[in-house]
Amino acid sequence: MAKVPKPSELLPGISYQPPAKGWMDVKPDFRPGTYCNPAAPKWMEWIGYPYPQARSIPDNEWGLPDNWQEIVLQGMEDRLDRFRSLKLFFDICVRCGACADKCHFFLGTGDPKNMPVLRAELLRSVYRRYFKKIGRVLGEIAGARDLSEDVIKEWFFYLYQCTICRRCSLFCPYGIDMAEMTLLGRELLASVGLNIDWAMASVAQCYDKGSHIGATPQAFKDMIDFLAEENERITGITTTPSYNRKGAEVLFVTPSGDYFADPGSFTLMGYLLLFEYIGLDYTFSTYAAEGGNFGWFISHEMGKRLNSKIYAEAKRLGVKWILGGECGHMWRVCNQYMPTYWGEPVNFLEEPVSPITGTRFENAKIHKMVHISEFTADLIKNGKLNLDPQRNAHIKLTFHDSCNTARGMGIFEEPRYIINNVLPEGHFVEMPPNTIREKTFCCGSSSGINASENMELRMQGGLPRANAVRWVYEQYGVNHLGCICALDRATLPTLLEYWVPEMQVTGITEMVGNALIFPDEIERTTDLRDRDLEGFGEAAEEDAEEGE
Amino acid sequence: MATIEYKGKTFSVDEDGFLENLDQWCQEWVDYVKDSEGIKELTDEHWKVINMLQDYYKKNGIAPMVRILSKVTGFKLKHIYELFPSGPGKGACKMAGLAKPTGCV
Repeated sequence: MAKVPKPSELLPGISYQPPAKGWMDVKPDFRPGTYCNPAAPKWMEWIGYPYPQARSIPDNEWGLPDNWQEIVLQGMEDRLDRFRSLKLFFDICVRCGACADKCHFFLGTGDPKNMPVLRAELLRSVYRRYFKKIGRVLGEIAGARDLSEDVIKEWFFYLYQCTICRRCSLFCPYGIDMAEMTLLGRELLASVGLNIDWAMASVAQCYDKGSHIGATPQAFKDMIDFLAEENERITGITTTPSYNRKGAEVLFVTPSGDYFADPGSFTLMGYLLLFEYIGLDYTFSTYAAEGGNFGWFISHEMGKRLNSKIYAEAKRLGVKWILGGECGHMWRVCNQYMPTYWGEPVNFLEEPVSPITGTRFENAKIHKMVHISEFTADLIKNGKLNLDPQRNAHIKLTFHDSCNTARGMGIFEEPRYIINNVLPEGHFVEMPPNTIREKTFCCGSSSGINASENMELRMQGGLPRANAVRWVYEQYGVNHLGCICALDRATLPTLLEYWVPEMQVTGITEMVGNALIFPDEIERTTDLRDRDLEGFGEAAEEDAEEGE
Repeated sequence: MATIEYKGKTFSVDEDGFLENLDQWCQEWVDYVKDSEGIKELTDEHWKVINMLQDYYKKNGIAPMVRILSKVTGFKLKHIYELFPSGPGKGACKMAGLAKPTGCV
């Protein structure tokens, strides 16, 4: 595996000086550490994806089918027909460049092809060559180019250097959505057998076994039972999760990162405590054991396949509605794509109503799924939770708006409301305004590229986010970065260990779990991570690096 | 898929050097990972971790979460890193012949 350069080596290497040659003449540099491995054939076979074959980027042997150009161009024609957005985005860009310096990958790599305007041009130039008269006639003069093997390789390189976060779209005067183009471009790549292994493996595991990590039902139960035991050890409270229970009022679905890996597992402990506290009638499912949807990172068709598992299970169990955990792209799929995927609202579930407060979540009337932050903020607003913010006094927090919950569904206030209620006054500090809320910077590794072989690229892509975190660390002594996304909890610890090693990453519900006062609890001397509470006992021995 | 030759044995591995199939696991594989990880000598503590990982994997089809590994073996994470410098995933799981984890991890 490629050695990752140190921050002090990486930073001086970032140059914004464009190459001397025109962009069409510059070939991508597949340097180890900057690209993801192609998908192993077995994963593609598991889910019936075309042209499974062992491929190697350095060997230059990509094993494209003989008629690959025909497949890609036909695929483009089909999509131009099906997605008016695609045609529109191809046609209306005036190359004003407002998006150019808004992309975290451009800021972190300095590579002009990571300017969204130019990344889109990689696709648009082919569109122009084969689907526009001016391009057919004038060719390169009109910004058109042939679909060559170099071009498809360039797509593979740069479409997996876009995390479909849509920060660029926010600044585009036309609202051109780069993510739509990236996703459809990835579909075209998949149609000739080009996929990345990290995403494909997770998708195949989820489709076959139930979650991205490939947990069997017994492993799923074992992990959550273990976290319930941990809760009991620390708080004295017996939390009682149930599995595949028919007739429960609510199906709770959360990403597998929350029950498999730290620090997400502490957030899951928080969920269990919260549900126990309010007496929620809920069940987990070993079939719908995954909130995340890496399928959507590959194609809309695969996104729909994974999304449908959650709803099939909700129907089978006969629940009224679905409560979703701290996940990012799960929500983007529900809010942005489900109505199109299904063509109608989810009619077999009820419009969600909180059984504790009676609040009706009208915003969820199409997909019938409520975000845990909406749900918890409503509980606090209605005075249903007895909270002791002093139990989080060791935490000085800043909040990372996850792209998908922020730009994808407008959740800005709910997590902040919760944070302000579970932390002592003055313990929450915002990062600079151009890096939060709808302008939030991506973690740099989302959309299926949180692999290990592309670590240099990940550290570059996450640099703008880490830079803002460093600023609040240096200015205000912030020591925790909060987030409501499991992919963030997987990617940000690695990113911050690299750029701001003093920082810990935490879910929001973990802090709710810390703060909840149960009438029959044992005396709390530690938080859910076994760290001593301020004012109770010794300083924490378990140190920062115990995060992986 | 790559292959690794070591002490007369051939192993099929993925891009990250994890065994493709636990059936291929044997003493030579352990020795190979030990060498590539720069571990001087395998102790009972290493074997406790390897055995726990394999038992869990055979029963559950997946590696245990790190905290379960820690609880069952009684080793704190810091100590697991002392035993396996690349950590529980890239060091211990690799030596035990388990598949690489996927997803939001």
